[in-house]
Amino acid sequence: MRLSYPSSIKIIRVPCTGKLDVIHVLRAFEKGADGVYAVGCMEGDCHFNAGNFRARKRIEQAGKILDTIGVGGDRVRMYNLSSSEGLRFVEYALEMYELINTLGPNPIKTAAKKAA
Amino acid sequence: MIVADKKPIEEIIEEIKGRTKILILGCNECVTVCEAGGKKEVGVLASALRMYFLKDGLDVKIDEKTLERQCDHEYLEEIRDMVDAYDAVVSLACGVGVQFMAEKYHSIPVYPGVNTCFLGAAEDRGLWTERCQACGQCILARTGGICPVSRCAKRILNGPCGGSTGGKCEISNETDCAWQLIIDRLNALGRLEDYETLSPIKDWSTDRAGGPRKVVREDVQS
Ligand code: SF4
Ligand code: SF4
Repeated sequence: MRLSYPSSIKIIRVPCTGKLDVIHVLRAFEKGADGVYAVGCMEGDCHFNAGNFRARKRIEQAGKILDTIGVGGDRVRMYNLSSSEGLRFVEYALEMYELINTLGPNPIKTAAKKAA
Repeated sequence: MIVADKKPIEEIIEEIKGRTKILILGCNECVTVCEAGGKKEVGVLASALRMYFLKDGLDVKIDEKTLERQCDHEYLEEIRDMVDAYDAVVSLACGVGVQFMAEKYHSIPVYPGVNTCFLGAAEDRGLWTERCQACGQCILARTGGICPVSRCAKRILNGPCGGSTGGKCEISNETDCAWQLIIDRLNALGRLEDYETLSPIKDWSTDRAGGPRKVVREDVQS
């Protein structure tokens, strides 16, 4: 299965999505990411039981904060798939890519460029 | 512990608008445990504020620091050398920490970043409930270890009142009647005779009714 997905997507590996915290998502935006999505195992399949549920909640919290500060909460998403679903991984990557193309760049970057 | 809840970011933004060098100051004690004002929350708030101002093209410096406590001189002293570099501090400590900070550093405005709620316990993950109102004269010995001052809506000392129904308080069917809890507990302990003994009128002068309180301990004074 030699599938490709958009090269602008940078993968950050975590031992379990339960490791993901709100601050990681926010820092990504601070550093200029246009969107962040977490890909966890299927709900109910977490090796640590609740890791992917925690991740979903944290993604939601980050989304709310991004809405509040005007960066846009719809730039974050949570996906679930199993490790054998390479095709679906690409599907989600493309979906996120499309979404970001529609939403445009991270407004912080745009503001920084204007100021420069 | 002292239980606090996060203030909405919008409210904090309103408070600090116009400031250009802001220190977000967390506390390592109660507010860390109740996930409202520890290092983690400092990081999230600081990051959110930085992005908020950046997005509007404003150059606002937002720094982070978390002290062991904000209700002790020795820990608050740790920021003496750096505090002058800021024109505002948002303290995520409880109301005590915010005030102690303001008393110690006169020339810099301090804004509260949390709402301080009550003295309570972590009953479950994400659930904190009130247990004590610091009345200054604890009567738990007589009430089976359940506090009618903080847990009975009427603070009555010889309860229950006529509103107690099916173990619930008349204020809400989600609130246990403290006096039902007390009776059940005394019963389980085989101490119902304690319940039969009338509580004398409580001296409320040690509660808030007597104005701001202090504890003076000459034995530990230097
Ligand atoms: S009786 Fe007073 S000191 Fe004791 S738990 Fe209740 S409020 Fe706190
Ligand atoms: S119902 Fe129970 S807890 Fe509620 S006010 Fe009456 S005695 Fe207090």
